[in-house]
Amino acid sequence: MPTLSEAASRRIVEDAGVAVSPWATAADAGSAKEVAASLGLPVVAKLCGGAIAHKTERGLVRLGLSSQDEVGAAAADLLAAARPEDGDVELLVSTMVSGNRELIAGLVRNEQFGPCVMLGLGGILAEAVADVAFRLAPLERDDALDLIDDLGAQFLLDEFRGEPAVDREALADTLMALSRIAEDPEVLSVDLNPLIVDDGQPVAVDALVETA
Amino acid sequence: MPRDLTPLFEPRGVVVTGVSSHPGKFGFVALHNILSCGFSGPVFAVGREEGEVLGHPVLASIADLPDCVADLLVLCTPVGANEEIVRIAATRGVRAVFCAAGGYSEAGPEGVEAEARLVALAAELDLVLAGPNGQGVVSTPAGLCAQIVAPYPPRGRIGVASQSGNFVSAFLNYAGQTGIGISRAVSAGNAAATSIADYLEWYADDDETDVALCYLEGLSDGRAFFERVRQVTLRMPVVVVKGGTTAGGQRAAASHTGSLASDDRIFDGMARQAGLVRAATIESAFEAAATFATQPMPSGDRVVVLSTAGGWGVVTADAVTLHPDLTLTPLPDDLLADIDRMLPPRWSRNNPVDLAGGETRDTIPDLLHLTAAHPEVDAIIQLGIGIQGNTAALTRSGPFHPDHGLERIVDFHEHQERRYAEAAAAASDAHDKPVLVASELAVARPDNPMVAAVRESGRLCYASADRAVTALGHLVRYARRLRGRT
Repeated sequence: MPTLSEAASRRIVEDAGVAVSPWATAADAGSAKEVAASLGLPVVAKLCGGAIAHKTERGLVRLGLSSQDEVGAAAADLLAAARPEDGDVELLVSTMVSGNRELIAGLVRNEQFGPCVMLGLGGILAEAVADVAFRLAPLERDDALDLIDDLGAQFLLDEFRGEPAVDREALADTLMALSRIAEDPEVLSVDLNPLIVDDGQPVAVDALVETA
Repeated sequence: MPRDLTPLFEPRGVVVTGVSSHPGKFGFVALHNILSCGFSGPVFAVGREEGEVLGHPVLASIADLPDCVADLLVLCTPVGANEEIVRIAATRGVRAVFCAAGGYSEAGPEGVEAEARLVALAAELDLVLAGPNGQGVVSTPAGLCAQIVAPYPPRGRIGVASQSGNFVSAFLNYAGQTGIGISRAVSAGNAAATSIADYLEWYADDDETDVALCYLEGLSDGRAFFERVRQVTLRMPVVVVKGGTTAGGQRAAASHTGSLASDDRIFDGMARQAGLVRAATIESAFEAAATFATQPMPSGDRVVVLSTAGGWGVVTADAVTLHPDLTLTPLPDDLLADIDRMLPPRWSRNNPVDLAGGETRDTIPDLLHLTAAHPEVDAIIQLGIGIQGNTAALTRSGPFHPDHGLERIVDFHEHQERRYAEAAAAASDAHDKPVLVASELAVARPDNPMVAAVRESGRLCYASADRAVTALGHLVRYARRLRGRT
C-alpha cells in the first residue's frame, strides 16, 4: 500500500482539522532559508518524498536548526542524501515544537470492525509500552473524550513538569479529525507520530497517510 | 425489529428427534432432561424404535406429530435426516428449531453446504433456527431444559448466550453454586441463523431477564455486532467474556498505528464504546452478571469498606484505590462522628472502617444502615463477617458442645451472622445502593450461617474482597455510562 509524502499527508490531516506544526516545502537550500525566516527559528528540516516513509531511521530529519547557516547546511546535506529510489524529493521545513510529552494518534482499518481511531503514549518506547486505546469511527465527541480517559498513564495528561495539563478538548478535536478522515475510503491508515504536547496543546509534528 | 425468539424460549410444546432407548444418546438425554426439569407443556419423542422411552411414547415419524401442539423442535438426528424432518415439522406448527446435531460447518465442506441448506430452509419456512452443533436451550420460567448436558439451573434474572456450550454449563454451574439464577440460556453452536446479537436483543425485551452474560469467540461481522449491541446496552447490561484474544491479528503494518492495532485492543475499544461489560475470566463474568442481577445501580463511584478487623479492610482499600473506576471516599465528618458514638476510640476513624473488635450486638447492622444512608456514599463492601459463625461451627463440632454454656453462645453467634447478612441486604434495599458482602467462607464454608443468609437474601456472597471490588467496578462503570458524561 502506498504511503504519501509527509507534505501530502500533512495536507490531508490539516484539512480535516488536525493541528500540525507550521510548515512549508522548499526545493533547495535557498528557499529552505526563506521558509525558515518566515516561520521563525528554530526549525526542523526533513527530506520529503512519496517513497520515504521512515525518515528518522535514515537520518533525514534535522532538529533544532537555530540559524540560517544551520538551515542552509542541513538542507544541502538532506538533498545530497536522496537516493535514486526515493524518486521526487523536496525539503519540508517546519517550526520546531518542543514539549516533554509525546502522544501518538492514528487511524487504522480493521477487518472485523472497520475504521478505528487510536490514541496512545508516543515517543521511542510507544510500541514497547503500548499504552494505547481504540474507538470505532465515526466517533461521537463523547467517544473521543472516553478514548482519552482510557489511557493508563492519566497522570501524564495532568500538569506535568511545569507544563499545563493537556487540553482534552483540543486532543478530542484531533481524534474527531481522524474520525472524519476515515470517511474517505481511499485512506487506509494515518499516523500522527509524534503528537507533541506544547504548552498543553497537542501538535502533530509528523504525519503519514497510507492510501489504497 | 429483533427476531422473535419466543417459540424457542417459551414453547407451548416440544418435540425431540433421535430418541432411542440408549441412555447415552443425545436424543435420550435431551428427552430425559425435558421430562425431568418441570416443563409443563406436551412433550413428544420421535425415534426409530417403536414403543416407549422413559415411559414416554415414541412416535415412529415426525409426520405423526399432532398439529399445533409443539412450537420447538430439538434435533438430535444426523445431518442427512434433518431437512426432511424440519420441513414436515413446520407443517405441524413447529416455529423454532434447536439443532443439537453436529456435522455441519464445523465438520468440513459438506457440512458447510448442509448448514447453508438448513439455514435457507429455516428462512423459507420462517422458523427460528438455533445451532447447529449446540448443546441446547434452557428457560427456567418455562421449566425447559432442552439440552444434552447438565445442569438445570435455579431460576433467576441472568440470560446466557454463549458460543461455547461448555461455558453455558459453567455459567449454569456457578448459578447452582451461588444461587444466583438464570432466566434463559442458549448454546449458540455454529450460530448459523441466530447470532449472539439476536439473543441479546431478545433478552433486552424479555421481562424475565435483567442482564445478559455471553461468551464470544469469533464474530462474523464485528461492525454489525457493534452497532446492534450498543443499542442493547442502553436497555440492559451485557457482560462479555472474549476468547481467543491473544491470537495474532497484527498485520505487517506500514504505520505505527497499524502495528499497535492488535485484535484484542480493537475489541476492547469496541466493547467500551458499545457499553459492554468486559470481564477477564469466566468466573468474574458470572460474578459481574450476578451483581447486576442482584444489586441496585450505584449513583456514583464513592465506596466505603466496612470490616470488623484486620488485613481484609486494608487490602480491599488498596484494591478500591487502584481500581480506575472506583474511589475510596474519605469518611464524611458527620458519619465519622456518628461512628465515634458507637465504638470505643480504637476504631480506624477512616475508610476502611475497621471496628478493631469494638463492636457489640447491634454495631454491624447499625453501621450498615448508617453508612448506606449517607448521601456521600454510593456503595459499600462489607468484610470480616462470618467469623462468629465459623467459631460456632468449630465449637459445635467439638467434644464439649452443648455443655459448658456452649449451646447458648453457638446459637448467639449463628443468630448474629444471619442478622449481619440480612442487615446488608436490608440496608441495600432501603437506600438503593449496592452492598457487597465478601468472605472466603463463601467457598470454604458455604454452610456458614452468614453465607447461607446472604444466599437466602438473593445476593452473592463474594469469595474474596478482590472479586467484590472487580464486580463493583463493572457496576459503577456501567451505571456511569448510563448517566452519560457530565
